[in-house]
Amino acid sequence: MEYVNPLTGLRIDGRRPTEMRHLMGQIGVVSKADGSALFEMGNTRVIAAVYGPRQLQIKGQQMNNNEALVRCEYSMANFSTGDRARRPKGDRRSTEISLVIRQTMEACILTKLMPRSQIDIFVQVLQADGGTRSACINAATLALADAGIPMRDIVTSCSAGYLCTTPLLDLNYAEDSAGGPDVTVGILAKMDKVTLLQMDAKLPLDTFETVMQLAIEGCKAIAQYIREIMLQNTKQLECRRGS
Amino acid sequence: MRDLHLSLNQTQRVRLQAALDQLESDASSTAAAAASVTVADTIPVNHEDNILKGHGTSDLDGQVVATLCGVVERVNKLVYVRALRSRYKPEVGDIIVGRVIEVAPKRWRLEINFSQDAVLMLSSMNLPDGIQRRRTAVDELNMRSIFIENDVICAEVRGFQHDGSLHLQARSQKYGKLEKGQLLTVPPYLIKRRKQHFHHLEQYDVDLILGCNGFVWVGQHVDTTTKESTLLSDEPSDKEETNNAVPPETRRNICRIANAIRLLSVIGLTLSVESVTETVEESVRANVEINEMLSAEFYVQTVEREAQRRASLVRKRR
Repeated sequence: MEYVNPLTGLRIDGRRPTEMRHLMGQIGVVSKADGSALFEMGNTRVIAAVYGPRQLQIKGQQMNNNEALVRCEYSMANFSTGDRARRPKGDRRSTEISLVIRQTMEACILTKLMPRSQIDIFVQVLQADGGTRSACINAATLALADAGIPMRDIVTSCSAGYLCTTPLLDLNYAEDSAGGPDVTVGILAKMDKVTLLQMDAKLPLDTFETVMQLAIEGCKAIAQYIREIMLQNTKQLECRRGS
Repeated sequence: MRDLHLSLNQTQRVRLQAALDQLESDASSTAAAAASVTVADTIPVNHEDNILKGHGTSDLDGQVVATLCGVVERVNKLVYVRALRSRYKPEVGDIIVGRVIEVAPKRWRLEINFSQDAVLMLSSMNLPDGIQRRRTAVDELNMRSIFIENDVICAEVRGFQHDGSLHLQARSQKYGKLEKGQLLTVPPYLIKRRKQHFHHLEQYDVDLILGCNGFVWVGQHVDTTTKESTLLSDEPSDKEETNNAVPPETRRNICRIANAIRLLSVIGLTLSVESVTETVEESVRANVEINEMLSAEFYVQTVEREAQRRASLVRKRR
């Protein structure tokens, strides 16, 4: 199947190879949570809710007394994929992605400022069309900023692949299930540090560098968009509050 | 819009947008908006002064970088970022309202909107007979007769414990268990620290307590002077309560005031006695039913009224 049209150079959904899908972010969607956000990358739609910092719920869990405990739970809604499938809570893919998101967010939250407390991040996929991992990390960043939790930097994530000898940015579900390599990168945007790097399938090293660089550029573009949303939200809250 | 999912028709949407634009274009708010920062933004600082980096900032390659989304505040040499929607930041002497979640040996654990639960020691609480004496083992066994789980309590912050959690005290007559009313949760940044947090709204016979932690209590007025006299007498307390059921008019007033607070917190306006009483009076004047106070029309009217009030303040200043 031709994922990149040889005549026009466009992909199956009409994008150019280095073009990302349409982004949309909204803060404050879950009223009971301390911070929440809805993030869309094309048709992939994800909602994140953050509770914390709050009292440790299970007393035995505190390993390190000087830091906050970060917990993360990833789940997909029954209606998120094409066929409505009941997903068990603890299945392998969910546990793996929960761990990945937790490690990524823990790297950027300043946990030392909130000892003896816990921060819960709940991410749920409402519509899955490829790149759910990246959308979850972006949504979690917005939700953490909304909750007023101090962070080192804005963490953003984007995926890139390599099909028909072309590096492609931000794969959707059809391109992802083509069986080609899929590189997911998560970076701290301003400090330019990589916090997440995952790949499935195989790539020669020089191609890998090109694909990873493309994903990093995608992350930087998302970081700019996320920063604008946060700034607009902050200005709005401050203006309404008045003096 | 967080809590209220309003369906506005076209004219209401236009009016709301116009009122919000007017709020945002006010001179003081543009100054505040200009000082807004997001995570990892560089804060403009004069490097020659010895700037003290306060809360919400960190050092990155010699530059002062924000770790929170908020507004930059400068006080002499201190630069810090004030976050908006965050959990409660306690200070000694704050009046807070909390809910009991556990009765532990010689103390109660309260949930306040903080990163850890607060502790109210038995020795920081007045005994029911009012006598000042050393707490015995019998007092400890009778702790449940004072407060039990899910009771709402008003107390004052006494200090911090060694692990960072709060130590509370409720030794005065105005602190203690709150009954016959509603507890509301609002974001703590909407409640400013003032001299008075206990308000008695005489015309409604309602007590309003604005806890600094974002928990607001609206309830039937309790006269703290008569409370003291009944404690020393021998009357059983449950007889008192069944005799004094809350009259329907007071209940309606409590609901009206609570809805006004909900409305103001959803819009994002600062909560104070004046703004709450003004909203309640306006709703009575406009003959708005209590349940209609949370509807789209009254929401738009309140935002318009606030925009006009701020515009008139600016005109008065000039």
